[in-house]
Amino acid sequence: MISRVSAVAKPVLFLLLLIALWDLSIRVFHVPPYLIPAPLDVIQVLIADWPDLFAQSVPTLSATLLGFVASAVIGIPLALLIVSSKTVEDYVYPLLVFSQSVPKVAIAPLFVVWFGFGLVPKVISAFLLGMFPVVVSAVQGLKSVDSDLLDLARGMEADRWQIFRMVSLPSAAPAIFAGLKVSVTLTVVGAVVGEFVGGNGGLGFVLQRSIGNFELPTMFAALVLLALIGVVLFWLVEWVEKLAIPWHSSQQKSFNQGS
Amino acid sequence: MTTAIELAGVTKTYRTKQGDVPSLRPVDLAIKRGEVVAIVGPSGCGKSTLLKLVAGLLPASGGAVQVNGAAVTKPHRDVGIVFQQALLLPWRSVLRNVMMPVEVKRLPEAEYLQRAHALLKMTGLSGFADKSPWQLSGGMQQRVAICRALVHDPEILLMDEPFGALDALTRETMNLDLLRIQAETGKTILLITHSIPEAVFVADRVLVMSERPGAIVASYEVDLPRPRNLDMMGDPRFAELARQVRTHFHTQGHLD
Ligand SMILES: Nc1ncnc2c1ncn2[C@@H]1O[C@H](COP(=O)(O)OP(=O)(O)OP(=O)(O)O)[C@@H](O)[C@H]1O
Ligand SMILES: [Mg+2]
Repeated sequence: MISRVSAVAKPVLFLLLLIALWDLSIRVFHVPPYLIPAPLDVIQVLIADWPDLFAQSVPTLSATLLGFVASAVIGIPLALLIVSSKTVEDYVYPLLVFSQSVPKVAIAPLFVVWFGFGLVPKVISAFLLGMFPVVVSAVQGLKSVDSDLLDLARGMEADRWQIFRMVSLPSAAPAIFAGLKVSVTLTVVGAVVGEFVGGNGGLGFVLQRSIGNFELPTMFAALVLLALIGVVLFWLVEWVEKLAIPWHSSQQKSFNQGS
Repeated sequence: MTTAIELAGVTKTYRTKQGDVPSLRPVDLAIKRGEVVAIVGPSGCGKSTLLKLVAGLLPASGGAVQVNGAAVTKPHRDVGIVFQQALLLPWRSVLRNVMMPVEVKRLPEAEYLQRAHALLKMTGLSGFADKSPWQLSGGMQQRVAICRALVHDPEILLMDEPFGALDALTRETMNLDLLRIQAETGKTILLITHSIPEAVFVADRVLVMSERPGAIVASYEVDLPRPRNLDMMGDPRFAELARQVRTHFHTQGHLD
């Protein structure tokens, strides 16, 4: 229990230290507030504008969550297809990598043209950023399943589905969760990108509006909320991971490396 | 019909991008039902390959593999396999690991659950059914793997250096356990090992393989009485057999 508390307390302490340094350097170097606002101003905005900021967080959070769920629900089966079929791997995987090199910010306006100003273009933007790490890590996890384990299962006359369910998927689970953790933070970015180009709501929209009006404290307040969303979602995925694969964290290294 | 395993002119060549790797020269071999046969040979000579052919995990390049008179073309239920590593799934308890073949083969759960418990008891693991694999020592893990190989009551036990990762003392205990299990169940056992004393101690017959591409170059009947005990390792006949087997490796170079 004590170690759990300190696991949360340590980064919080460090964050407080950073905020103190931020405040101190603004005072020492006389940084004007139109370049960087003081922490206290940001906190004031957070409190004063809380109802509005909270309301703006909701669409961002929805787009992030929907994008993340889509990344997982489409990414993992896609990885499975890539691993189980050489043809799919040869045709699809390179295209996927290619699609990742296209800057999302550049094509995000297209989604607005296609899908309007609602939630859909933001979800798509979040999904496009979030899916890639899921696919890559799931492919890597599924490909590095111990071949002896596969022989073991085949030797029991297991069919493909049984091998996947009993051996491959659990073996690849740690890698898949690593990908999901990267994905969840990227989907936040994706949602904000979507709001940049086609937004009349959401934290991304707040960001852009406050930059336009030189309301730096508001802008920083939005950034703080975005970071918070990212951290909380990351922790949630980690928590699910602990529930889903308890053997992974608790098993000793020596077991995997063979006795 | 009393032949459990029969290989007739079986060859194996692995086809790789770097070219062909001939791994088995024509092998002829017949193992009777209830017989314990040990195979020794230098590293990389094709022992695991031979075992995988019998298990149906690999197709032969030539010749015919038969188990209980039926041609082997794919994995089949007449064998249980024990590998060098225990290969227990860490996300399953000891009991669920032992029950895995039952699940895979969709056999009646209740009936085989009893069998699984009986096997765990026979191998001294009664209290560990609900433990996780990593909570067990290496020797215990390997015993779980043996239970798993036996749970669906196959006639043949295929073992690929099952005790190679264990220390010498644990290994002797495991050899005794294996002999006891064999005496109680009458299983046919094909045991691949790097240890000449282990081969002579456990087997009715010791086969010696040559360097890759492997072929069976010698066969020794072990006429030590059963049940065997560790004192027999001091028996002059035991020492003489072990010496004869060892000569093959000195003329070939090394065992491992
Ligand atoms: N999948 C494979 N592809 C290509 N060559 C292989 C493959 N598996 C094994 N070989 C080759 O076949 C030969 C026999 O391999 P095998 O694993 O049967 O040897 P072994 O006698 O079991 O060795 P060890 O005692 O080290 O376990 C080796 O030279 C190996 O390089
Ligand atoms: Mg081998």
